[in-house]
Amino acid sequence: MSTRLLFYPGCSLQRNARSYLDSVMAVRGLLGLELDEVEDWNCCGATEYVSVHRTAAHALVARNLALASLQAAGADTLTAPCAACYLNLAKTDQQMRDDPRLAATVNEALAAGGLSYQPGSLKVRHLLDVVCHDVGYEAVQAKVVRPLYGLKVAPYYGCQVVRPDPDGRWDDPEHPTALDRLLRALGAEVVDYPLKTACCGGHMTVIGPEVAYGLIRRLVQGATSAGAHVITALCPMCQLNLDAYQLEMNRHFRADYQVPVLYFTQLMGLAFGIAPAALGIGKEFVDAAPALAHIRDEAPEGAKQRRARRHRAEDGLPMPRMHAVEP
Amino acid sequence: MTETLQPGTEDERIGVYVCHCGSNIAGVVDVEAVAGFAAEDLRTRGVVVARDYNFMCSTPGQDLIEKDIREQGLTRVVVAACSPHLHEATFRGACARAGLNPYLFEMASIREHVSWVHTDKAAATAKAQAVVSGAVERVRHHEPLEAIRVPIDAATLVVGGGIAGLQAALEIADAGYTVHLVEREPSLGGHMAQLDKTYPTLDCSACILTPKMASAGGHAHVHLYTWSEVEKVEGYVGNFTVTVRKRARYVNNDLCNGCGVCVEKCPVMVVDEEFEAGLGYRKVIYTPFAQAVPNVPVIDADNCIYFLKGTCKACEKFCDRDAIDFDQQDEVLTLRVGNIVLATGYDMFDARRIPQYGYGRLANVFTNLELERMCNAAGPTGGKVVLRDGKTAPKAVGIVHCVGSRDRNYNNYCSTICCMQSVKLAHLVKERTGAEVYNFYIDMRTAFKDYDEFYQRVLDEGVHFIRGKVAEVSPREEGDLQVQVEDTLIGRQQRIPVDMVVLSAGLEPRRDAKAVGGIFGISCSASGWFIEKHPKLDPISTMTEGVYIAGCAQGPKDIPASVAQGAAAAARVLMRIHQGVLALEPVRASVVEALCSGCRICNGLCPFNAISYDAARQVTAINSALCQGCGTCVAACPAGAIRGSAFSDEQVLAQIEGLLMANVGHPSEEAVTA
Repeated sequence: MSTRLLFYPGCSLQRNARSYLDSVMAVRGLLGLELDEVEDWNCCGATEYVSVHRTAAHALVARNLALASLQAAGADTLTAPCAACYLNLAKTDQQMRDDPRLAATVNEALAAGGLSYQPGSLKVRHLLDVVCHDVGYEAVQAKVVRPLYGLKVAPYYGCQVVRPDPDGRWDDPEHPTALDRLLRALGAEVVDYPLKTACCGGHMTVIGPEVAYGLIRRLVQGATSAGAHVITALCPMCQLNLDAYQLEMNRHFRADYQVPVLYFTQLMGLAFGIAPAALGIGKEFVDAAPALAHIRDEAPEGAKQRRARRHRAEDGLPMPRMHAVEP
Repeated sequence: MTETLQPGTEDERIGVYVCHCGSNIAGVVDVEAVAGFAAEDLRTRGVVVARDYNFMCSTPGQDLIEKDIREQGLTRVVVAACSPHLHEATFRGACARAGLNPYLFEMASIREHVSWVHTDKAAATAKAQAVVSGAVERVRHHEPLEAIRVPIDAATLVVGGGIAGLQAALEIADAGYTVHLVEREPSLGGHMAQLDKTYPTLDCSACILTPKMASAGGHAHVHLYTWSEVEKVEGYVGNFTVTVRKRARYVNNDLCNGCGVCVEKCPVMVVDEEFEAGLGYRKVIYTPFAQAVPNVPVIDADNCIYFLKGTCKACEKFCDRDAIDFDQQDEVLTLRVGNIVLATGYDMFDARRIPQYGYGRLANVFTNLELERMCNAAGPTGGKVVLRDGKTAPKAVGIVHCVGSRDRNYNNYCSTICCMQSVKLAHLVKERTGAEVYNFYIDMRTAFKDYDEFYQRVLDEGVHFIRGKVAEVSPREEGDLQVQVEDTLIGRQQRIPVDMVVLSAGLEPRRDAKAVGGIFGISCSASGWFIEKHPKLDPISTMTEGVYIAGCAQGPKDIPASVAQGAAAAARVLMRIHQGVLALEPVRASVVEALCSGCRICNGLCPFNAISYDAARQVTAINSALCQGCGTCVAACPAGAIRGSAFSDEQVLAQIEGLLMANVGHPSEEAVTA
């Protein structure tokens, strides 16, 4: 049985993040998701428009919410794979809920096009949220035919999906673990990546490239020193900055980082046995092939068995026991 | 002796006294107008005298009441002043001295309920008049009551063998009275036994604690129950019946001489999550530490090979006193005591809950308790401060304050001891390793005797103090760490490289504090600590008579404060024992059996377990010594079969009527909404 969701792809997925869209479409069936694209959707305004004109920016976003609710027909969840689109849609919905005057003004604007939106009538959610919390780790794991054994992945959430989290969907805004658990369900080894929610620089690559290069280096260096083969992203902007600008950053700092950046849906597709080309793998600037060559048929020894706690002097002091063991 | 004036039923003579409380009441309420209202408008209700006075609770104020009772033949008294919590007893005393039954008195709160919560003077005055009118109507229905007298059993139950409980137990036992001391862990000692040095004097924690443990362990008047828990408490102040479960140790107390050969021969080693805070190992048969009291080991059945697989018994083979007893069962004991001291302590905040600080993720992030164990010469590293590899001394150590405290994501309160503990640990680390030590603090809280001097000494020793809440601890290179913090004194983000981080985890209520409180009939605050009777004037008693609290169970505090509170609780208990008989407030509920249908609706409602059901006669019975007069059952009884003395339906309805019939003129908006 599949779940029908209203789907807002956003502009990036039409262009630079085409591989994100391809991989979403490739895995949706296996995840039991029916994605009903909002008809005649428009740009969400990205991060810029709201700072130019708040009301107009909300009206721009609300048009998409209004169109989505027109074709809801029982579905109440609107999902977006792009972090910025998700946040804009969620923010407009929330601010219209909290501010009836804004809601009235926005609806007045929508009325010019014969539309209206009832704030709160749709649940706006990022695709990762739907996959982790609705589909669930076990259901994902059940579809894995080619586990990503041996692949070390840095889980990169970026700053827009888990914060400000108006509806409390994530476990911890500073140190989320949902993507970590999803990657483990795929068989990958998740490295400890403390920068997982640090900013990629957004459009600073255009405004002040040197600032952006510093931020990008920090993220790529962090992943490298944690031993990651690949960074996984869930936002087209993050992917673009870390992947396309990695070369620029290398040139700027005379460095030679080579860390590919793949969408979480691409890694899911690989684990589900889908051909890399169908997932848009190969379109990235930093070639993912060497990283993906680390995938093994057998689960690594260390991951299978936990070290028995038998005291030997050379073991040093015991590490604190952690709570629930994740999949 | 003065002649006792009996209250007349037809024609009450009521005196009303309105207190200024300096400007506390008179600043907002026109007290003269309130007294005038009582004298004029309430004359038909029996008021024969109404006065206002600056401080009714002063001796001259009380004298006014006594004089009027004697000279004007008052049969009822109303004082309009503060909350009855503060001065009801004072004015009841004045009535009694003048020969009037003290329960023919009513207190009207026009301070807490009026002057402190309103600003509109006219409306506040009108409300005060209504409150007085209600009190006058109510007091007309009061009945003379006599205090209930109950005998006090001289034995005392002390729950918790940490420093607070030990202090309480020893003071009571030294006075010659029996103490039953119940401790959940295998040994006395509590958290204090885990610490290395104690601030600000740096004397060894064990050196000052273990004599008290030994003294309690060998005391003629102390009955020790370790590895035991209280399961049930019945009865009431002076006459509690307590059920204690003594968990099976699998070692016979009477036969064991504490030689330790069983521990030596046990082949299984597990991480000691309790006493060593997860930093060290212990055998499966163990005493938590060398000076344990009692010095009798206990078998950890969850990890014992014999209990898991049915073989081994190495301990039994080597014990030449046949003290090992794998068939030992839990024992359930019944104790009778007159008073109870709860000193159940605290849990450490679990630092894993703040993942960005890295505890459990990053090897060289430790907790304050782990560092205490590391500094301790009897601890897992023999007193050496080392990294997780067990051998390398740290070169730079960051101590993060307020982990889980003063943080709205976790606990809003200040855990009070961590600043000084962090300063002390900074000193110990510096002394032992010469490392650079950074303290990251929000505010330094070094109040109390000789504490700030110690802080200044550690400052002089060259320990760095950086004011700012740490954002995150992240890995840098192999094993190295980096502390990200905004230094709010210079207004800059800093990334301080260190090789060891110590998280000063705060204190939390015991995870089962609410359930334990339920056993003893006491409740927990919003933060989870046991609630004292009064936050300032009675931090030792609880709302349940005969149950006292001491130490961190009541709230975070350090060793001197825990000792003081333990001693204070003991003094209260000794006072009660010396009284021999206790006069209890006669404000109680009682069942009119003829009206009781035995529906049992009230049975589960009593917060003090005072209600039981007499199945043979099919009526509910209320234990008057246990009842605290809260009135819940009175309100709940659908048949009106439960009467609350001093809270009868007639009294409460009359009070409401009085409130409503007060002609309060033309109240402004505030009076209406208030």
